[in-house]
Amino acid sequence: MAPQQRKPHVCRNPDLIRGVGKYSRSKMYHKRGLWAIKAKNGGAFPKHEKKAAAAAPAEKPPKFYPADDVKKPLVNKRKARPTKLRASITPGTVLIILAGRFKGKRVVFLKQLTSGLLLVTGPFKINGVPLRRVNQSYVIATSTKVDISGVNVEKFDDKYFGKKVEKKKKKGEGEFFEAEKEEKNVLPQDKKDDQKSVDAALIKSIEAVPDLKSYLGARFSLKAGMKPHELVF
Amino acid sequence: MPFKRYVEIGRIALVNYGKDYGKLVVIVDVIDQNRALVDAPDMVRGQINFKRLTLTDIKIDIKRVPNKKTLVAALEAADVKNKWESSSWGRKLIVQKKRASLNDFDRFKIMLAKIKKAGVVRQELAKLKKETTA
Repeated sequence: MAPQQRKPHVCRNPDLIRGVGKYSRSKMYHKRGLWAIKAKNGGAFPKHEKKAAAAAPAEKPPKFYPADDVKKPLVNKRKARPTKLRASITPGTVLIILAGRFKGKRVVFLKQLTSGLLLVTGPFKINGVPLRRVNQSYVIATSTKVDISGVNVEKFDDKYFGKKVEKKKKKGEGEFFEAEKEEKNVLPQDKKDDQKSVDAALIKSIEAVPDLKSYLGARFSLKAGMKPHELVF
Repeated sequence: MPFKRYVEIGRIALVNYGKDYGKLVVIVDVIDQNRALVDAPDMVRGQINFKRLTLTDIKIDIKRVPNKKTLVAALEAADVKNKWESSSWGRKLIVQKKRASLNDFDRFKIMLAKIKKAGVVRQELAKLKKETTA
């Protein structure tokens, strides 16, 4: 059977103020029913048999003691986690990018990657912002949401956006003086196809809302009289 | 020059400072030269300095310190809410509140609407200009 639903247990010893309970030790002993447990067990509190500890293998005395005491680094149990996502940012939120090439652009949020960065897309056809990673700190979250249910973003992760490692070519002397980089960085076709597939479903749900398409195509800017601390986004 | 709005029992005032900023309250008693006892349907009756009140034109008919039920009934009978919201002062406050709560998308839509309206007005003006010069 599935684990039974338990009612959240009310505290037996409510705080009068922090650190001081309402009931004394003897009263709590009575409330917890330890007297009944003891009575059931014939006068003593029931004990578990101690598990026989596995015999540790006999340690040989070490051959070498270092001359000075070596300090051990303190134990660090922290785990790397993606940055905590602001509550206002949910999949489908329209974000305003504040820095970089696309500053001021209004963009649709897709998901948070494991590195903590936000995966975001223009959509490309609407405002020229491709599938891109953006840091949460450089973004204003608006309260406008787009329906993102038709979009599959499973395959995108931080490795997809990493720099491509080029194999080092052994250069002969003559080749040094020739044009080094003739090939421009062409965007591979499969990235263009990924962009198209993500945007297709998005654009449909964007066009369902009147004016949303032109909204996403326009850049945000502060005008006269706008006070950022008073604006509701 | 003579005063038109008086502090009296039943005068509706707007709180302009403090925790209850923006609320409409009824003056229910006068405590002394500086303070009044005020009450409103959604607050606990309490004292407030006159400096924190702005008097309105609306006055209701109540006795000194009515109980809450009577007060609410009197407010309903005088239809204070609708009178306030149809007055120009009340309407201005409603518009201010609406503007302050606008979303970024709403502001964009308003900008488009303003441009459209200006375009229509300009077309009509051009037509009128043509008629007068012709």
